[in-house]
Amino acid sequence: MTASTVDIAVSLYRTVRLIRRFEERALELVRSGDIVGGIHPCIGQEAVPAGVCAALGQDDLVTGTHRGHGHVLAKGADPARMMAELTGRVTGLNKGRGGSMHAADFGVGVLGANAIVGAAGAIATGAAWARQRLGTPVVAATFFGDGAVNEGMLLETFNLAALWRVPVVFVCENNGWATTMRVDDAVAGSITGRAEAFGIPASTVDGQDAAAVLAATREAVARARAGGGPSFLECRTQRFEAHHTFEHAVRLRYRTDEELALIRARDPLDIQGARLDAAVRADVDSEIEDVLGHAVEFALASEFPDPLTALDHLYASGLRPRPGSGV
Amino acid sequence: MPKLSYQKALNRALADAMTADETVFVLGEDVRVAASNVTAGLHKRFGDDRVLDTPLSEQGFTSFATGAAIAGMRPVIEFQIPALLFLSFEQITNHAHKFSLMTGGQCTVPVTYVVPGSGSRTGWAGQHSDHPYSLFAHVGVKTVVPATPADAYGLLRSAIADPDPVVVFAPSAALGVREDLDFGTLAPVSLGSGRIHRHGTDVTVVAVGHHVHDAVAVADDLADSVSVEVFDPRTLYPFDWDGLTESVSRTGRLVVIDDSNRMCGLAGEVIATISERVRLAAPPARVTRPDGAVLPFSLELDRSVQPSRAQLADAVAIAVKERP
Ligand SMILES: Cc1ncc(C[n+]2csc(CCOP(=O)(O)OP(=O)(O)O)c2C)c(N)n1
Repeated sequence: MTASTVDIAVSLYRTVRLIRRFEERALELVRSGDIVGGIHPCIGQEAVPAGVCAALGQDDLVTGTHRGHGHVLAKGADPARMMAELTGRVTGLNKGRGGSMHAADFGVGVLGANAIVGAAGAIATGAAWARQRLGTPVVAATFFGDGAVNEGMLLETFNLAALWRVPVVFVCENNGWATTMRVDDAVAGSITGRAEAFGIPASTVDGQDAAAVLAATREAVARARAGGGPSFLECRTQRFEAHHTFEHAVRLRYRTDEELALIRARDPLDIQGARLDAAVRADVDSEIEDVLGHAVEFALASEFPDPLTALDHLYASGLRPRPGSGV
Repeated sequence: MPKLSYQKALNRALADAMTADETVFVLGEDVRVAASNVTAGLHKRFGDDRVLDTPLSEQGFTSFATGAAIAGMRPVIEFQIPALLFLSFEQITNHAHKFSLMTGGQCTVPVTYVVPGSGSRTGWAGQHSDHPYSLFAHVGVKTVVPATPADAYGLLRSAIADPDPVVVFAPSAALGVREDLDFGTLAPVSLGSGRIHRHGTDVTVVAVGHHVHDAVAVADDLADSVSVEVFDPRTLYPFDWDGLTESVSRTGRLVVIDDSNRMCGLAGEVIATISERVRLAAPPARVTRPDGAVLPFSLELDRSVQPSRAQLADAVAIAVKERP
């Protein structure tokens, strides 16, 4: 490997490791009650955001999903401010107004996680189109699950993006499940076939391999920057954890233990980790421990927002809504 | 003085806004040939980039506009029929409206949604005749219903300039209204300011959109017996509560005419708020569509479920019966 390919391998591993350990620390905070409302952990799927975002520049844009911590972190948001957001603190990315499902960091091009399945694609497409019109072109990558490919609005978006040759990369994180519904029970035809029907080049990628995701995304990004319009990547991945942490309390039976063992057999952390020198890997691991140790400390030491400010930012114009009581 | 039609006023407002600000663009169905007439001439003048004909994909292009707005543009969507607001309700209320708060103020979403031809279009039946402005006021999306050409111009200009999403309802029954005016006086009208169309001392009639013209006509008819003040809120959210409170504090009586369904409609909110603020001399009254109205096709049926001048005159008569 050349020096730069080593750097890339390390950097991909660092992102996968960051997301993995972020999620594990967040799960602890869910258990301790510091994160209320729970989370949709993306453990097992880290290679997808890591690979996709490694192909993007700082100015490029992403939109994420309800399972969105990886998207936000991989694009470069500060893990400490992200953890502060999850714990509802005023120092959070969204000042504690968004939480796990709406974390956004416009400063690094994260236009927000979006908790409505299939909804963010049109937003990313509109943003990428606008930036082209404004003379500051960028590429937008928009993540969504396999469940989203049956949402009409996303299919409408494929049409608009293809018609108007918008520089957007549609990234389907096919983890085989939409909550408890198997992808095979939900998708008629194929996932890539949906994009192909609109003339959008589509490929299927090993979503457990960050390097493979990066290579495929680079091609899509190059096409977008060259004026070739949208591309579609189906990243085959695995969700190791619950759909949402509420499953820890309510045991839903939809995957057998044998099935779970198979699901967890190909771990993106090991796949990318195996490409590193053991010593380098250990260094990255300890670096990430420090980053997350600080993140959790920062989050838990931060203030909660003042309830009097609950409706701040509701209107950008500064309009103050009437309160719910009094005349 | 030259005459300006309501429809032409909207057209002029769009053209002026597009001239003043390069980031303003129009998108919608058949807007290039201007099927609704509101976008007439814009494609020729501003070109493909600023006047986009969209496929019939309302949910997709509504959120496309949200994305364009957070990236720095000012989209104006024309919805061909009011029912398209039902289809895109989630995109407007759950995304465009919520992004400023949910991101902690990281972005603004300056999108304007224009519905030229809301309410009954006379003979267009159940699925083309809704007037869903109360829904948007309820969720807190800025909601504008101009009654006159000058206000249509001024409110649309302000809606486009506003940093938040704004829905502009142009009632079908008002599109043909014409006004004599000096075009040089056309100017933005700030959102949230009401207007008294006719001064009176006995009762305040709050009228929305095209019903402003009905209220003025009824006030003229009754002029010998009752002195009616006609208050046009112009913007339903935010509402000019102070302006209306001032009016009703003088007249002591309140009647509302509102083309919403009765249940949870704007009229109910107006009466509740004013009752909290002002000691009324008589019970307030409202003239609205019935609960859960679906406009039936046949003309007499269509009209029978819309608020009428006769109903308004009756409501005013009852409200002023016990004059002090
Ligand atoms: C439009 C919409 N429908 C339903 C839900 C409730 N919901 C949240 S996540 C989810 C499953 C999504 O599955 P998928 O898109 O495959 O993503 P994954 O959770 O597997 O990452 C559902 C049904 C929602 N948030 N939005």
